Amino acid sequence: MRETTWNGEQPQNGRASRGYLEAKGFWAWAYTLDHKRIGVMYLYTTLFFFLAGGVFALLIRIKLMFPGQHLFTNQTYNVLFTMHGALMIFLFVIPAIPSGLGNFFIPLHIGARDVAFPRINLMSYWVFVAGIVVILFSLVRPMDTGWTFYTPYSARTAADVTTLSFGIFLIGMSSILTGLNFLVTIHKLRAPGMTWHRMPLFIWSMYATSIIQVLATPVVGITFLLLAMERVLGVGFFDPAKGGDPILFQHFFWFYSHPVVYVMILPAMGIISEIVPAFSRKPIFGYKAIAYSSLAIAVFGFFVWGHHMFVTGMSGTAAILFSLLTYSVAIPTAIKVFNWIATMYRGSITFESPMLYALTFIFLFVIGGLTGMYLGALGADIHVHDTYFIVAHFHYTMVGGTVMGLLAGLHYWFPKMTGRMLSEKMGRPAWLLIFIGFNVTFFTQFILGFEGMPRRYAEYPAQYQALNILSTVGSWILATGILIMFANFVRGLFRGALAPPNPWKALSLEWETGSPPPTENFEEIPTVADWPYGYAGRQT
Amino acid sequence: MDPATAREAATLGIWTFLATEVLLFGGLFTSYIIYRIKYPRIFYEGHLKLDHVLGAINTVVLIGSSLTVALGIAAIRKGKVGLLRLYLSLTLLLAGTFLGVKYVEYTEKFSHGLYPDTDIFFSLYFMLTGLHGLHVLAGMVVLGAVLFLAGRGRYSESYHTPVEISGLYWHFVDLVWIYLFPLLYLLG
Amino acid sequence: MKEHDSGIRTYIVVWGALVVLTVVTVAVSYVHLGMLNVVVALLVASVKASLVALFFMHLRYENRLVWGFALTPLFFLVLIVVGTLSDTLFR
Repeated sequence: MRETTWNGEQPQNGRASRGYLEAKGFWAWAYTLDHKRIGVMYLYTTLFFFLAGGVFALLIRIKLMFPGQHLFTNQTYNVLFTMHGALMIFLFVIPAIPSGLGNFFIPLHIGARDVAFPRINLMSYWVFVAGIVVILFSLVRPMDTGWTFYTPYSARTAADVTTLSFGIFLIGMSSILTGLNFLVTIHKLRAPGMTWHRMPLFIWSMYATSIIQVLATPVVGITFLLLAMERVLGVGFFDPAKGGDPILFQHFFWFYSHPVVYVMILPAMGIISEIVPAFSRKPIFGYKAIAYSSLAIAVFGFFVWGHHMFVTGMSGTAAILFSLLTYSVAIPTAIKVFNWIATMYRGSITFESPMLYALTFIFLFVIGGLTGMYLGALGADIHVHDTYFIVAHFHYTMVGGTVMGLLAGLHYWFPKMTGRMLSEKMGRPAWLLIFIGFNVTFFTQFILGFEGMPRRYAEYPAQYQALNILSTVGSWILATGILIMFANFVRGLFRGALAPPNPWKALSLEWETGSPPPTENFEEIPTVADWPYGYAGRQT
Repeated sequence: MDPATAREAATLGIWTFLATEVLLFGGLFTSYIIYRIKYPRIFYEGHLKLDHVLGAINTVVLIGSSLTVALGIAAIRKGKVGLLRLYLSLTLLLAGTFLGVKYVEYTEKFSHGLYPDTDIFFSLYFMLTGLHGLHVLAGMVVLGAVLFLAGRGRYSESYHTPVEISGLYWHFVDLVWIYLFPLLYLLG
Repeated sequence: MKEHDSGIRTYIVVWGALVVLTVVTVAVSYVHLGMLNVVVALLVASVKASLVALFFMHLRYENRLVWGFALTPLFFLVLIVVGTLSDTLFR
């Protein structure tokens, strides 16, 4: 293992500098223009909904252990999976990495004092909170549409889809403002000497993410607006009785919601591109290939939305077209995986928690990505559509991908954000439980889906029970791991050893300032002369 | 951030925002194209019920307001605050006229029993013009704020980025109407 | 953005052109040309939109980066229309 020097060491005169965390009190946070504080507020908010969404998931799994027994009514079950999906997607997976870690680290990575528009940044956070409040308010009548809100059901259900649409609109606005801010920040505020090809790959991936946020989110905004108008004014775009087309809703919905899966995964890929070279002590392999593949994913991601709609009665022409185009996304993704592995090849790899999660990301995301290829194939998709195969696939990409990337990033940057170290003694067992628990929970669902178990039903034939029990037990293992991990976070916040500026001996700019960084990020804006991946390589 | 960078950043920022606006209206334009192809008859009959004289007047009004905004920006670039305020007031007057005409049109439609749920054409008509009207309203709020701040002496020859930015937004609102007018009022 | 002496005369001329084009497009709508009506109306609208963007919005004086930001959304607008049409036209 690499030599470490932080154990219990006090950086300066017995009292650690609290950096940007110095000012205390509610208003010092609520009114802050500091991108770091805004990032931290986003992290707390989104992680809260991660836990809330997780509770709904556990309830779903418990119900599925016992087919034929009425733990909940079927309607309650519908509400549970809707809540799980909607909260996880809109309030956790989409915003967590871009708005949380992105806000904190983009200016630090590019050597800037803040984002381009700090006030808009703060506004974005409070619009996000306003959206959450509206959404929670709409849940007085529990939502039962599934997270996709397909018409015509969503236009007719007694649940308060109208208010919820407004809430989603606000969340989208917040996402747009964040993306806009990042695009301009990356264009205009890079430190002297930081050319495009000297930027950390996390910045490349966040740039690509922001493009999607800015171009896709308005479409979901208008879609939900039209859905609300359909309920309030009787506008008939999605209502067949008025000559409308319910499938048009799905086109609009997926024009946003497919690209947005890359809003989820691209930032995670950026984090992996930072961690893998730092913990392999080798320069990243194929820097430009990784950088441009981020942009390629962002653009290709817009061409494939129709693959969510193969069984809707969409035209054969469109189905074949979208099926073919879907394969194009696999290419830049595979390029990234290849380059990460090539980076590790003959590296001096160490296995601290960030690297463990990064490796987990690569392993699980490859499974998630390859099963995605089955689903992109027209014939295979029609066979497994709306089965647990789909559920397993997108959990392998969203949990195995995005969440593992987020956890990798949280473990990697925790010392920088808080000024304290996490415990490896707690971190590694937590990781092991999460890894095992996740695979037990979701790999079984690939099998269940292939055997034909449909998703979104509270009941199923007895033949599927054994694997469902296994999956539920897996969810408990996963939950235990996550609880230990959060305990480690809490312990680290209060009792963790003080962190030096650069515990991982990594080379990007955020490690050149204090842990935690001062409010102005850098005492002097650094001048950049090289890329951030000049690790020594294999030492002989 | 030095002033030059700040201004470039603001320019990029507003163009990015306008990009999101293009796609916000994009959903409605897509619906328009699809239903127009599907129901040419409904669109033909629908457009006959719109008053294209009022539509044309509103087009000229909005184009005029674009001109006054552009002239206002030209004025403040030379440091003429008084002229800026005059042009902004004119712009607000024209914007108000636009909304007034819109109000007359809407009342007229309602009195003939034409509502957003009448048929696909009127769904589109009310959604497109309604969303556009909201943008006009938002533009008036923004330009009103700029006018107020100009009165407070906030802008000068050397600093007037907010005037330029809100001007760009206003031109965009005009630009959307330039397409809405023929699509809704003229094409049968 | 370069400070430039954007001649007031240019603005007036552009405004005049926009008004004339509005009259033209209304006039053409009285003549029945079939599909050609659509083409002419959209063409006139696009010329007007370009005039607004180039002169009133100063796109003419902007650098390539701003042009990129201004034109990119149009590509994605075409994409959502074409993608959706690939379904509805052939269903």
